[in-house]
Amino acid sequence: MDTASLLIQVLNAVQYGLLLFLVASGLTLVFGIMGIINLAHGSFYMLGAYLAFVLTRATGSVLLAIALGVPLALAFGAALEWLLFARLYRRDHLEQVLLTYGLILIFEELRSLAVGDDVHAVPVPAVLSGSIALNATLSYPVYRIAISVVCLAIAAGLYLLIGRTRLGMMIRAGSHDRDMVQSLGIDIDVLYRIVFALGVALAALAGMLASPISSVFPGMGSQVLIVSFVVVVVGGIGSVWGAFLASLLVGFADTFGKVLLPEFAGLVVYGVMATALLVRPEGLFGKRTGA
Amino acid sequence: VSRKATRWGQLALCAALLAVPWFGSTFYTELAAKALVLSIFAMSLDLLVGISGLISFGHAAYFGVAAYAVAWLTPRFAPASLWIALPAATALAGLCALAIGSLALRTRGIYFIMVTLALAQMVYFVFHDTGIGGGSDGIYVNFRPDASLFGFKPFDLRDGRHLYYFIAVLALLTYLMLAQMLRSPFGRALMGIRGNEHRMQSLGYPTFRYKLAAFTLAGALAGVAGFLYAVLYGFVTPELMAWHQSGNVLLMVILGGMGTLIGAVMGALAFVGMQELFSNLTKHWQLMMGAVIVLAVIGLPGGIAQLPTRIRRALAPDGNRAAGDE
Repeated sequence: MDTASLLIQVLNAVQYGLLLFLVASGLTLVFGIMGIINLAHGSFYMLGAYLAFVLTRATGSVLLAIALGVPLALAFGAALEWLLFARLYRRDHLEQVLLTYGLILIFEELRSLAVGDDVHAVPVPAVLSGSIALNATLSYPVYRIAISVVCLAIAAGLYLLIGRTRLGMMIRAGSHDRDMVQSLGIDIDVLYRIVFALGVALAALAGMLASPISSVFPGMGSQVLIVSFVVVVVGGIGSVWGAFLASLLVGFADTFGKVLLPEFAGLVVYGVMATALLVRPEGLFGKRTGA
Repeated sequence: VSRKATRWGQLALCAALLAVPWFGSTFYTELAAKALVLSIFAMSLDLLVGISGLISFGHAAYFGVAAYAVAWLTPRFAPASLWIALPAATALAGLCALAIGSLALRTRGIYFIMVTLALAQMVYFVFHDTGIGGGSDGIYVNFRPDASLFGFKPFDLRDGRHLYYFIAVLALLTYLMLAQMLRSPFGRALMGIRGNEHRMQSLGYPTFRYKLAAFTLAGALAGVAGFLYAVLYGFVTPELMAWHQSGNVLLMVILGGMGTLIGAVMGALAFVGMQELFSNLTKHWQLMMGAVIVLAVIGLPGGIAQLPTRIRRALAPDGNRAAGDE
């Protein structure tokens, strides 16, 4: 492999890993703070991608579709939390698994009713449709670089939001001791609604960003959900920083797995997870607990 | 609704299931056979979820591996021997569960759910992407296993009724074995682990080994179900071990009520019934299934098995209810 094609694979790995981070960060936040395992998280990614497809068809521009889609996803997340997830906080994991499994079936069928089961393509936005020449024959599309930049900006924003703002302080406190936060006069219900809506919006945004490069297809939600689980397990549940590093690790493992071991491409990611479990069952970057 | 009534209800259910091949059409016999196969599958998961407190979201992997074993063991132009194929398929499923369990059981709680799902998905990809199982197309099983033993043929699985009763007997044996196990020291220890693992450890129980034994046994029993499924339908695909299958069997266990075994059976019957009912109504039957699941979680904690108790509570005068709750 020469330098230029190696560079292409590295850029692909980073781009895939960062996109994965957008999905996994929402999953790990919702679990870390609200204690909820959400199987329907992958559906938000799928809904985001289909939303990008529908809105692009209506408005003629992907960027406009994303600008409209993110507030819609936020509102959808807040409504869903209010309607269903708020009832799950004091239930056990089993009931959470079951309810969110039911939601997957509902979202998939609603998608099938609304848009059908076909695979759709979303055009790359015209402004970003060029590519950068790496050498005489190879070049790299600008849009993929743009995705990485946007994801990095969001990761930095998330880091600042959680580490440096008042809201972030409340979020950190809420993950530590729900009752204490509440008795200090902070409305934990509102806090949870914000976190959940944020998680939904991040997953939906990842779906929207991915739609021009991966196309839009029915099974995309469960595919990304299971890889996100791998990320969360490797990174340690509840740790956004761990999710970031694990996303990149999984991005590299998957991309280079496809190049080096094409026959076993689907398995490499799980191999990473199995290895991580053998070395550190609590996640490579998670806090060590007594258990 | 007294205990006696519940017992009569169970007997009536058994009688109804045994009568199906005589009164139902071929179609309904096959449907009831499918429900019984899924009952075995659901009971095997109940051993983990309801009895040991281990929420496995990857139970379809063992079901699917055993189904593939039938396809592998059946020669091209002849049936396999039942007495070799069934133990081999069961053992293979058990071995897979042993391997996955020894890794997944290093984690607990929510990690365990995610890890069992991810590892089962890995098995799915092995069958889907590589050549060992005919890829995503799956394999036909052209011959049902032959029950001949030393030249004597006690029954013939090619006959729909014989197959039905063979499945019914295996379902009953699974139930009796698990029910007996629940009363044994092993079963008590598993329930103790579900209640408080640390306490069981400090009492000297090697809890990891107990959990691994339960996980392996549950995988092997799921293998029995997978074996029967492949024999019943004569066709195996990677979808048998897809995560929707794991979700559905978990749904059966919870829908029926966990930890009771009979709840798992009722959950499997209810699931097959609903699937049949909804898919006759609309192509988008999963939407109705999803709605039922969401409403059941919100409105019916404890599952169908708790319904009689809940009705009794609701009918009882207020004074009795307070006394009953204490």
